[in-house]
Amino acid sequence: MGMEGEELTEQETALYDRQIRVWGADAQRRLSKSHVFVGGMKGAVAEFCKNIVLAGVGSLTLADDRPVNEEALWANFLITPDESVYAGKSVAEVCCDSLKEFNPMVHVTIEKGNISSFDEEYFNKFDIIVISCCSLETKNLINEKCRGLLKRVGFYIVDCKGSCGEIFVDLKTYTYSKKTEGETLECQLRYPSYEEAVAVPWKRLPRRMSKLYFALRVIEKFEQAEGRNPGETSEVDLPGVLKLRKELCGAHDVAESFVPESLLARLVTDTREFPPVCAILGGILGQEVIKAISGKGDPVKNFFLFDVMDGKGKVEDVSPFK
Amino acid sequence: MVSQKEVSAMKGTKVLMVGAGGIGCELLKTLALSGFEDIHIIDMDTIEVSNLNRQFLFRKSHVGQSKAKVARDAVLRFKPNISITPYHANVKDNTFDVDFYKQFNVVLNGLDNLDARRHVNRLCLAADVPLIESGTTGFLGQVTVHVKGKTECYECQPKTAPKSYPVCTITSTPSKFVHCIVWAKELLFAKLYGDKNQDNDLNVRSGGASGSSDHVEDVFERKADEDIEQYGRRIYDHVFGYNIEIALENKETWKNRTRPRPIYVRDVLPDQLSQPQPNGHVDGSECAVGDLSSVSAMSSLSLKNPQDIWSLMENTKVFLEAFKLFFTKRQEDIGNLVFDKDDQLAVEFVTAAANIRASSFGIPLHSLFEAKGIAGNIIHAVATTNAIIAGLIVIEAMKVLQNDEKNYRTTYCLEHPTQNMLLMPVEPSEPNKACYVCSESPLLLEINTNRTKLGDFVEKIVKAKLGMNLPIIMHGSVLLYEAGDDLDDDMVAIYTANLEKVLSQFPTPITSGSMLTVEDMQQEFTCKINIKHREEFDEEKEPDGMVLSGWTQAPPPKESNPSNGENKANTSLSEPLNADSDDEVEVYVPEPVAKKRKHSDITKETEEEEEDELVVLPDANLDFKKKKLV
Repeated sequence: MGMEGEELTEQETALYDRQIRVWGADAQRRLSKSHVFVGGMKGAVAEFCKNIVLAGVGSLTLADDRPVNEEALWANFLITPDESVYAGKSVAEVCCDSLKEFNPMVHVTIEKGNISSFDEEYFNKFDIIVISCCSLETKNLINEKCRGLLKRVGFYIVDCKGSCGEIFVDLKTYTYSKKTEGETLECQLRYPSYEEAVAVPWKRLPRRMSKLYFALRVIEKFEQAEGRNPGETSEVDLPGVLKLRKELCGAHDVAESFVPESLLARLVTDTREFPPVCAILGGILGQEVIKAISGKGDPVKNFFLFDVMDGKGKVEDVSPFK
Repeated sequence: MVSQKEVSAMKGTKVLMVGAGGIGCELLKTLALSGFEDIHIIDMDTIEVSNLNRQFLFRKSHVGQSKAKVARDAVLRFKPNISITPYHANVKDNTFDVDFYKQFNVVLNGLDNLDARRHVNRLCLAADVPLIESGTTGFLGQVTVHVKGKTECYECQPKTAPKSYPVCTITSTPSKFVHCIVWAKELLFAKLYGDKNQDNDLNVRSGGASGSSDHVEDVFERKADEDIEQYGRRIYDHVFGYNIEIALENKETWKNRTRPRPIYVRDVLPDQLSQPQPNGHVDGSECAVGDLSSVSAMSSLSLKNPQDIWSLMENTKVFLEAFKLFFTKRQEDIGNLVFDKDDQLAVEFVTAAANIRASSFGIPLHSLFEAKGIAGNIIHAVATTNAIIAGLIVIEAMKVLQNDEKNYRTTYCLEHPTQNMLLMPVEPSEPNKACYVCSESPLLLEINTNRTKLGDFVEKIVKAKLGMNLPIIMHGSVLLYEAGDDLDDDMVAIYTANLEKVLSQFPTPITSGSMLTVEDMQQEFTCKINIKHREEFDEEKEPDGMVLSGWTQAPPPKESNPSNGENKANTSLSEPLNADSDDEVEVYVPEPVAKKRKHSDITKETEEEEEDELVVLPDANLDFKKKKLV
């Protein structure tokens, strides 16, 4: 992220006054030169997009070819439920129109096509890639494409499942300055890929690790094994999920009670996004992306997990490296 | 949590939101998406440009319109079949009485000032409606649940008083930039452009022997036929040169301090440059009435970037140019100006004056952008934190509606993970048995009953400390005072006379052992005050001349004078807490968090400024270490 030292315009200074007071003019300049891509426009991503458009990124590209229907309206305030407005348009197109209004200084566009078919060269145009509601294969595929690029492209996965939510962060090798008691320390973080992270043996993870992490891995594996789209589960799947839990816990050499049944039952049944959790995930993710672009502040490494049940928003480091 | 049963439970409920600002916009959206169908929203504010970076329901074309109404229309676009009732009104209006509150199942606050928060707290207690409180600043935020009899009320824990500074620090011995800002804004600016009848400590100099007030009063008046440029330079030389020389005469003051340097225009501006050189931007016909940005010393002097730190010479030029512009282009405002952060010329003048004073006292200079933030009490605000807090409010609201008492939580939103958490829930505290608001504990007032007038008691205690809006004061069964619009002229005359009476001179004297009952009918809030006579008070530490106890006030911020800050009766050197009405203030964040924030690498403030942050950070009573983590 080169600094051309261009000054913010008077218009930008007036609009962004309150946030420049939080992160500084330098960070604001970097934000305005950054390019963000999002794939999968559901509630949590809509929240994220609102936050970074307001923050003033340079451009935002949306990909989601689903047609607008009842299902797509849920938890997504970027879609006006008026058929005369959305008829014939994709979710990305409708959201794009709404987002443009939030901040005329941000260039919001859409991209058509299946995101898993986009090549490395395509992703190279961006500084940040966010995906949501993707299969395990797609997550790994896009993550690897980003990691294969010479420049660092921040890669994020965000998903809200009922009253639970998760964010995954991969910043490859990330260097930032951290100010502690009077001195500035150069910090370097080494992030694993998604594939590497979820392969870490459960036994090696801290005992107080959020149970939600394991439960989400079971559900993810189940969807993959059954060839389901993310969130395509219901109560009737619980026996199958519990069977898979047994296998996974066996493979990881932990007791089955390691992944509570009640939590799995909630995750298979409550699949619709819960709007307050979308707001929380979109807020945390927005902050993380702003940190990564500005190079200021400790970024999350590498999972953020939230469950309404205990109200904790936890950061967990799941890494095969020391 | 999100079962169909619970979602349908939201349908029958009626919620009141107070505030349609940063948190309010996010909250209204999240409530609507979550299935709430009957939402009422009160906000007296109109939309400003600086709101648009986070109050996402508003557009540039809405600037100047009611926040409550525009927010309603915007949310109805994506949720057309719900009912949103907006009130473009002050939450303290009489129409919002206890009966009004009783119609709601829960009240959600997204407010920006202590006064309104206290007012809503009392009404919620009186109406027995649960209240969910919230606040954010920068990346920090919190949500608390207040249910009468179950959890503490908003006022159970003392709130730190607004930051204020001892008079002599401001007038004679500034050591931080904020002291220079307060001097420039509250004293110099007020003296030159404000109400001439207001008391002003500008010429109060500690031990200044020659400071006879008769002499100095005249200095600020423009002499007959005095050229405006000359007048400006004379004021400059007086406040930055002569006054400093006088102050230096008091050797005692400077024994352990760095001596300030007197600054005169002639030292800063070499002769050929001492005439301002407007570059054509200033033109008599240019000033549109009511447009505060149209007259600017920066544009006359071709200074573009508000983030630049001006040199002493530039500050001097801005000072003289802004001074001249006030007297030539803003003449009709002079005599009734109050500092306003949106008044460009006022911000320029205050920045320049504060910097010149800072230069004199060896304090680092600051940019206009920074000075504006300090002078305008601008609270840092970003959309992300507000969105997160709004999500947490809705989660707590749902628990409250289901009477899920054991799961109520106070949640802190942190900038850096603490115990691996960015969102940290703690169990709410129980009601404070000694709280003068939600319990009936009497207060104790030490006061000189032989000298203090009832009027002082009303202003300094009843209004400033107890936060009452329309008080009634009784001594036994005798009504001493009552406020309100619906009083007879006879009564008004009696009350006005009573305000002038000294406490011990009432027919039934008020003295040690007396008990006064103070009541606010609108807030349905009563409290009893035991009076104790005391002869002497420390002028510097107890400038009100009275001390209220029984409810523990938070420890004063370092170097400040707690009572002074609450003295609204005349010119005070305090920073009004609600100066910036479009932002949320007062976040109470646990101690370790506040410490961490000091070393934050996100905010670009220095530690010195951090201490002067108006947002209340450390609060011993909310220290989560003492609480059971859930």
